[in-house]
Amino acid sequence: MSATTNKYNLGLKSWFHSGLPWIWLNAAAVSASLILVIGLLLLIAVRGLGHFWPKDVYEISHQQPDNRVYRVIGERIRTEPVGIQRLLDAGMQIDAGDRSQIERSLIKTGNRDITGLDFRWILDINILSENTPADITVLERKEWGAFYGYIKEIREANTIINSGATQYGLLNEKLAEVHQLLSQAKSIEKDKIGKLNYELERLRLKQRKLELKNKAGTASNTDIQQRQQALESQYQIYFQQLQELNNAAARTTVIMEAMGGERVEISLANIVRAYQPNDMSVFGKLIFYLAKLWEFVSEDPREANTEGGIFPAIFGTIIMVLLMSVVVTPFGVVAAVYLYEYANQGVLTRLIRVAVNNLAGVPSIVYGVFGLGFFVYTLGGGIDQLFYPENLPAPTFGTPGLIWASLTLALLTVPVVIVSTEEGLSRVPSAIREGAFALGATKAETIWKTILPISSPAIMTGLILAIARAAGEVAPLMLVGVVKLAPSLPLDGNFPYLHLDRKFMHLGFHIYDVGFQSPNVEAARPLVYATALLLVLIIIVLNLTAIYIRNNLREKYKVHDN
Amino acid sequence: MSYPLQQTVTAEAPETPCIETSKLSAYYKSKQALHDVSITIPENKVTAFIGPSGCGKSTLLRSFNRLNDLVDGFRLDGNISIHGQNIYSPDVYVPELRSRVGMVFQKPNPFPASIVDNIAYGLRLKGIRKSTMIHEMVEWALRSVYLWDEVKDRLNDNALSLSGGQQQRLIIARAIVMQPKVLLLDEPASALDPIATFKLEQLIQNLKDQYTVVIVTHNMQQAGRVSDYTAFMYMGKLIEYDLTATLFTNPKERLTEDYITGAYG
Repeated sequence: MSATTNKYNLGLKSWFHSGLPWIWLNAAAVSASLILVIGLLLLIAVRGLGHFWPKDVYEISHQQPDNRVYRVIGERIRTEPVGIQRLLDAGMQIDAGDRSQIERSLIKTGNRDITGLDFRWILDINILSENTPADITVLERKEWGAFYGYIKEIREANTIINSGATQYGLLNEKLAEVHQLLSQAKSIEKDKIGKLNYELERLRLKQRKLELKNKAGTASNTDIQQRQQALESQYQIYFQQLQELNNAAARTTVIMEAMGGERVEISLANIVRAYQPNDMSVFGKLIFYLAKLWEFVSEDPREANTEGGIFPAIFGTIIMVLLMSVVVTPFGVVAAVYLYEYANQGVLTRLIRVAVNNLAGVPSIVYGVFGLGFFVYTLGGGIDQLFYPENLPAPTFGTPGLIWASLTLALLTVPVVIVSTEEGLSRVPSAIREGAFALGATKAETIWKTILPISSPAIMTGLILAIARAAGEVAPLMLVGVVKLAPSLPLDGNFPYLHLDRKFMHLGFHIYDVGFQSPNVEAARPLVYATALLLVLIIIVLNLTAIYIRNNLREKYKVHDN
Repeated sequence: MSYPLQQTVTAEAPETPCIETSKLSAYYKSKQALHDVSITIPENKVTAFIGPSGCGKSTLLRSFNRLNDLVDGFRLDGNISIHGQNIYSPDVYVPELRSRVGMVFQKPNPFPASIVDNIAYGLRLKGIRKSTMIHEMVEWALRSVYLWDEVKDRLNDNALSLSGGQQQRLIIARAIVMQPKVLLLDEPASALDPIATFKLEQLIQNLKDQYTVVIVTHNMQQAGRVSDYTAFMYMGKLIEYDLTATLFTNPKERLTEDYITGAYG
């Protein structure tokens, strides 16, 4: 062996021994994880948030194989190459020269009520001309999705009030008036009539209760009937008002010309907003974008969850996580205190500890099944039998709902809290325990006044892990309380304000529902990304809050490390 | 080798006895830590326990407030009485006993709370809730350990912001605010610097007017400086117990002499 090889070998060897390769390996692993996480967040952020930016609307004339020229109005969603052979195989006649691939564009044309489709593909070679006229108007509707076209006339009670150049401005003025009327109607419907219905239902249940006790016909029963009648007549008055408001709102309509030249009359009551994206400045677009974003986080969903906002899902996710935290923390802490402080540290305790640790590894859907069988049917059914017999056979608690979802998730996350709390208890220096005992504290006093406060940062760590896991969980929730569309929030103005028995919406399930159960895949796709981004953000916010509290506790209860 | 039992070496104590043990043997599981220790500790004096590491002096000390009960597998034979009451009899309520027998540990162990809350901890356990009363007693305790002037402006600061010596005096204040009869000090100066140690020793001297003080120490000079009586222990046995002056100048036992002259230990 020559001297140089020897030297080289030595060099490599010492390089290995220096630990440098390890450092590189570790750094590479960390970088890879970072890149993955950032890439993931960027992808969902770009795909999700881009959706709300107003895109230019093109008027495209394109030639079909029969040589007729069609007009298409819509947003260009994306352009991609497609193989000629594939198109030929599909029976299309194309003259593309010697190219093997051509471009095609996905155009969102809206107007589902006329054409039956919101999206269509157009081959770029068939496009004769395309431009972006400033006066193309987009109407966001409550039903049938978006409408693209030109404003022709605005009518009020069937008389034309405008067909001149200022139509767009007038449309928005009228739209504001109509929205004013509709919001009045909504407040009557939701608050006043909602309250009436709620009270009527309670009276009905009271009556049923009396019947069950064989007290029908007594004084209290006639009293109930009188109040029912009073509420009914009140209801009639509100209903009248509601009708008037709705009629007033429906009086104003707009006549639009669609891309095929058809004229369509659209009631302003059906329009959420009207805008002309081609005529917007960047600043105008920004305002519009923020308004759309706000709508997304603050409004109810529309159109089978493919339009509107996801507020109920955000609300449901947060309230479920909070309820779960309220249940899981005391439960986990008390269990950990018993295991660590009181139980004999024998074989049985060790077995229990192993079981608790393994509980964390049980697939979550299993918890869902357990929650359905035990919480919903057994516990909930029992509660109904005991406390809500007047409601039967309609279940009150004997059906999936907020409380059962929270309890199921609490059960799912309790091992994490127990393990971290035990960890925290074991880290309290024995000098502190002895100090408390030496002052005449009993074991219970020592635990409650001294050891638990010092362990509180560890308890918070457990809670942070629990929240992170619970907020992202979907599978068990489908069985125990989450629905695609909940008619009302679990929190409202009617006693007892927090309705634990109600079904609720959840961001994770919303993603699944919009992404996989939606009839309109193309329209739903950006919302899947946006919702996913929001779910991640909410988990981050919940976690940061918990971490902030934990750090404060850590500072407050810092002890010498003996 | 067999060593004489304490009966033959007890000092003629004219003082009132405070803590008396007879034939005390202690075990951690199967390991015996104390062998037939009988000792009488006089009231309102400072008694020091000296001896090499593992000789059982801490075990003996921690038996006086039954803190060893917390140790798994600890067992005790024989008797300990404080002011004539057998503290291991079943009708003794241990937390109450501990509130009468104060203890200070090797390293200062303040609770992660304010200075006031640390001292008020025991008072609140006793059910004293009136804040004026608590503040009066806290001030008295802090004055007794000469800490009041140093901390009176920051009573609500975290106790961990104090220096080691201040913390140890705080712990003594925390113990004496309970107005115990006996104060047990388990190597209280071992984690302190010389100046803090000096202050602590002065404090101990003053405490004996009101409390019976028992101190475990590694430091023989310290035992010589602060104590009236000294007990020398070796391998779980009480070897010699006498007036400090006598024991240091004229030890009766060979083992004692070797230890205090530094032949081993």
